Amino acid sequence: MSQSALDHTPNATAIQIEKMSKWFGTFQVLCDIDLTVSHGERIVICGPSGSGKSTLIRCMNALEEHQDGKIVVDGTVLSSDLKNINKVRSEVGMVFQHFNLFPHLTILENCTLAPMWVRKTPKQEAREIAMHFLEKVKIPEQADKYPGQLSGGQQQRVAIARSLCMKPRIMLFDEPTSALDPEMISEVLDTMIQLAEDGMTMLCVTHEMGFARKVADRVIFMDQGHIIEQNKPEEFFNNPKSERTKLFLSQILGH
Amino acid sequence: MNFFETFLNWEVILRIYPMLMKGIGNTVALALTIIIAGGIAGVLICLFRLYGPKWLRWLAIVYIDVFRAIPILVLLVLIYYALPFLGIRLNGFASATLALGLVFSSFTAEVFRAGIQAIPKGQTEASEALGLSFGVTIWKVILPQAFRIAIPPHTSNAVAIAKDTSLASVVAMPDLLKQATDAQALTANPSPLIAAAIMYLIVLLPAVRLVSYLEERFRNDGKAA
Ligand SMILES: Nc1ncnc2c1ncn2[C@@H]1O[C@H](COP(=O)(O)OP(=O)(O)O)[C@@H](O)[C@H]1O
Ligand SMILES: [Mg+2]
Repeated sequence: MSQSALDHTPNATAIQIEKMSKWFGTFQVLCDIDLTVSHGERIVICGPSGSGKSTLIRCMNALEEHQDGKIVVDGTVLSSDLKNINKVRSEVGMVFQHFNLFPHLTILENCTLAPMWVRKTPKQEAREIAMHFLEKVKIPEQADKYPGQLSGGQQQRVAIARSLCMKPRIMLFDEPTSALDPEMISEVLDTMIQLAEDGMTMLCVTHEMGFARKVADRVIFMDQGHIIEQNKPEEFFNNPKSERTKLFLSQILGH
Repeated sequence: MNFFETFLNWEVILRIYPMLMKGIGNTVALALTIIIAGGIAGVLICLFRLYGPKWLRWLAIVYIDVFRAIPILVLLVLIYYALPFLGIRLNGFASATLALGLVFSSFTAEVFRAGIQAIPKGQTEASEALGLSFGVTIWKVILPQAFRIAIPPHTSNAVAIAKDTSLASVVAMPDLLKQATDAQALTANPSPLIAAAIMYLIVLLPAVRLVSYLEERFRNDGKAA
């Protein structure tokens, strides 16, 4: 409890990862990860497929369990303690590649479910919060529809709104645009840019390098379970240090 | 004696009509009890089977397999004629409810397990990421979606178990079939049997239609609005 005052100071550490490793069976997917993220920071994580990007951010809200090292999220240590896990999860939002909206609930119900059941927010208030964030992602008029009736871009914006309804202090994005038709990518990126401008702490796994240049404070490159390189976007793109980063950038930027 | 006097003798039917009405009442009551109690038990057993601690999961598997394998009539006769030797004496209605309920719950558990396992993993992950507890995730996210997938086969099983209530006549439960055979003995005329068959059809034909309708409606999408 005494820590909470500390947590809310502007430069408090949002996420601190020390010497963290994870295995799937005998396969080591993350090796000795060290990473510190301050509140308000916007981080883009990129790297080849299978390099462990998803696994890394999924460890941050305990969707995956890590076996070694330490993860502290907003002052809470992630261990197998269920109480800590639930505390972290209710303060960290996550947006998935395939949206994962609840198909049997309306857009509004998707957004009010967690506030009502986790935060015990009264229904009416939860609806108001939901409408506020649906307006923020510019689809309040879809509130009474079902996810299946919306386009991919709209669904992803609902997924972002659903997370925001929990008033998270940190948002994790796992390739939020890579399942979208090209013409819908920008509406989702615009939403994310707006969120960044509002000062949200964000970690985004994405290959949208335009987005990285525009909003990221730091770009992290991963390969084979290691953080190979991290830098400010200009430095990262104009002056990559490692050979693997150069190779990756040349592939992704299409030269 | 002509055909009508033998098989559709109105005089006979009118006389035993109250017996048959009592029979159909008992049959419907028995079927509803089994479907409701067995249905709830089946969903619980399915949750034990999927999410329980290891020993409970094994217990659920054994339960489900045994009661799907054993012939209902054998189980019914065991409960009615063998249990009294253990000092457990159940009447016809209780025996039939227990026997058919055990079987129906195990079929229900399997149908719901298939339904739950057909739900994409992303649904649980999204729930977890939002901080929903396990109970809320099951109740608000998983079960409603599993229901949509499970309802057609579950309804089909319910119709099947409703038909199987006629086995209860073996253990002296005054269901529709028992009442009809008694009436037949009483009047020395098969008309009560014909009347009973027609009454079964009146109740079950719409139920069978309903199954077809549900299968049609839920065929492509588990997420019809
Ligand atoms: N649940 C799992 N079980 C076993 N291996 C997995 C699992 N999830 C991911 N992996 C493996 O871990 C590696 C990293 O996966 P992932 O974090 O998804 O990579 P990325 O998101 O960078 O593409 C891959 O080789 C993948 O096959
Ligand atoms: Mg990934």
